[in-house]
Amino acid sequence: MKYQSQKIALAYFAVALALFAVQVTLGLVLGWIYVSPNFLSEVLPFNIGRMLHTNSLIVWLLLGFFGAAYYLVPEESEREIHSPKLALLQLAIFVIGTAGVVVTYLFNLFDGNFLMGNGGREFLEQPLWVKVGIVVAALIFLYNISMTVLAGKKTAITNILLLGLWGLALLFLFAFYNPSNLGLDKMYWWYVVHLWVEGTWELVMASILAFLMLKLTGVDREVIEKWLYVIVATALFSGILGTGHHYYWIGTPGYWQWIGSIFSSLEVVPFFGMMAFAFVMVWKGRRDHPNKAALLWSLGCATLAFFGAGVWGFLHTLHGVNYYTHGTQITAAHGHLAFYGAYVCLNLAIISYAMPHLRGRDPYNQVLNMAAFWLMSAGVVFMTFTLTFAGTVQTHLQRVNGEAYMDVQDQLWLFYAMRFGSGVAVVLGAVLFIYAMAFPRREVIEPGYNQPAE
Amino acid sequence: MTVAARPQPDTLPGELLMWVLILSELLVFGAGFAVLLGLRLTDPPGFAAAQVRLDQPVAAANTALLITSGWLAARGLAAARSGAAARCRISLLAAALLGCGFLILKAHDYAALADQGIGMESHPFFTFFFLLTGFHAAHVAAGILLLIGVAWSAQPAGVEVATAFWHMVDLIWVLLLPVVYLL
Repeated sequence: MKYQSQKIALAYFAVALALFAVQVTLGLVLGWIYVSPNFLSEVLPFNIGRMLHTNSLIVWLLLGFFGAAYYLVPEESEREIHSPKLALLQLAIFVIGTAGVVVTYLFNLFDGNFLMGNGGREFLEQPLWVKVGIVVAALIFLYNISMTVLAGKKTAITNILLLGLWGLALLFLFAFYNPSNLGLDKMYWWYVVHLWVEGTWELVMASILAFLMLKLTGVDREVIEKWLYVIVATALFSGILGTGHHYYWIGTPGYWQWIGSIFSSLEVVPFFGMMAFAFVMVWKGRRDHPNKAALLWSLGCATLAFFGAGVWGFLHTLHGVNYYTHGTQITAAHGHLAFYGAYVCLNLAIISYAMPHLRGRDPYNQVLNMAAFWLMSAGVVFMTFTLTFAGTVQTHLQRVNGEAYMDVQDQLWLFYAMRFGSGVAVVLGAVLFIYAMAFPRREVIEPGYNQPAE
Repeated sequence: MTVAARPQPDTLPGELLMWVLILSELLVFGAGFAVLLGLRLTDPPGFAAAQVRLDQPVAAANTALLITSGWLAARGLAAARSGAAARCRISLLAAALLGCGFLILKAHDYAALADQGIGMESHPFFTFFFLLTGFHAAHVAAGILLLIGVAWSAQPAGVEVATAFWHMVDLIWVLLLPVVYLL
């Protein structure tokens, strides 16, 4: 760690990992509810659990991105963070907001109150006061990071990272606009949801991946930047109009079916680009970096993002297919592998890379971390397959044969049971990862093998 | 895609990102043409009946305008390379002017269809007609701005990027013409 203020990242990563634990634990509970639908139905109804599962995912991924920015921007810009105090204030706002959200959801406090109550829009359920808090925190963050970058060296990595983070914050403003027309409501809703995960977050992903490749492989910055620009160009080209693949059945004009189908089919290109980028860099790289775990997570991220976001996304993106599969377990399969591959693995990669520096040690206990990668990834991949098969059967029985929803759900029991099993593996993997990050102190890999990371 | 660290004389001419854009555009328009031709198979008489409503002489005039404009843009690049800034500017601005002519005729085309009460939802053919020609016209407008922008400094590198884009706009029109207007 070259700059003291990089230490801020440690606090962000710690909170992120704590929420990660909450997210996967709730995932396990929800997985069990699919198997045994009355489980906890009084204490934690399914809709509440699902809100907490998705909201905690988004918040911890965002905290991971913020942590990553606080870690890598000083190194790239070659100066300390503008104001470490503001960074901690920003984190405090997020923690208070998250706690407020959890309490509000769990006990359904202030139901119907415009300021304090549940907002009621899927994924954007946060009460208004929390949304305002998110905007204030985002403004603090953007001010802090932008001031640091503006005063220091500007690199392609920080430019793209800032572009992604600014875009992410500005698009969140659409969360405040909720027209009473349900079709328009959904149209603007996707400006946040789609243009985050298939637009601005991809820029964040590409830039963090580029930083990791730069550090881990030692390939020239010039080469990495060229890849980065191409990936970002293809991501924006396909992703912005790719929003159309959410406009098939919400009441928007029919031409969106073709715009959405054609542009979103190309969304696989940037994900393929990121996978090719990661592997080509590792093959070309001359540096034998000791942090093998960070490299494993980086390669796993690029690969699983390509399959989860790219391939599984394409599976049901054409409107002729989506007419049948919309809202079935196919969507759940895609959602799980895409988020895991693209954004969970990315965060765990940068955390794996940064932790040894943040805690002043050499890469340690990589075996545990790498075992966590394989356990968690195998779990999510198996889950994706069970849900894909469940979704295929569901599509046929429900959408082709016209059987009733709950009758079909009964017949999917076996898939849900297997999915629960894979969920157990994911939770164990997550626990192992957190343990490997937080606890072991002495085990250092053999001396002489180490080279200082730049 | 090459990952060569430094551009060598025999590597990709022009700007890598422009080539990425050109390839992406060709993919999108290519997919659009393929779907249009595919849908036509499901209803040949309906598509034929829709197509006769188009004004083919205007399309022919637009083709002539764009191809001439492309030639002028290429002359502009040659002039920029030989350092003749004034000649470069005249060629590029003339190319942009013909592009404006294309847009005027296109607007006339759309107005004529609107007078017949034809819109995007009238028939699948018209959905694609408006999508493809509309996207293309938007690129013509962007290309005009690009040409005017690079004419300002008349530097070979910038002119090369803008003319590459302009030739793509040209190429897409030449592919669009048979698929949408003639076949």
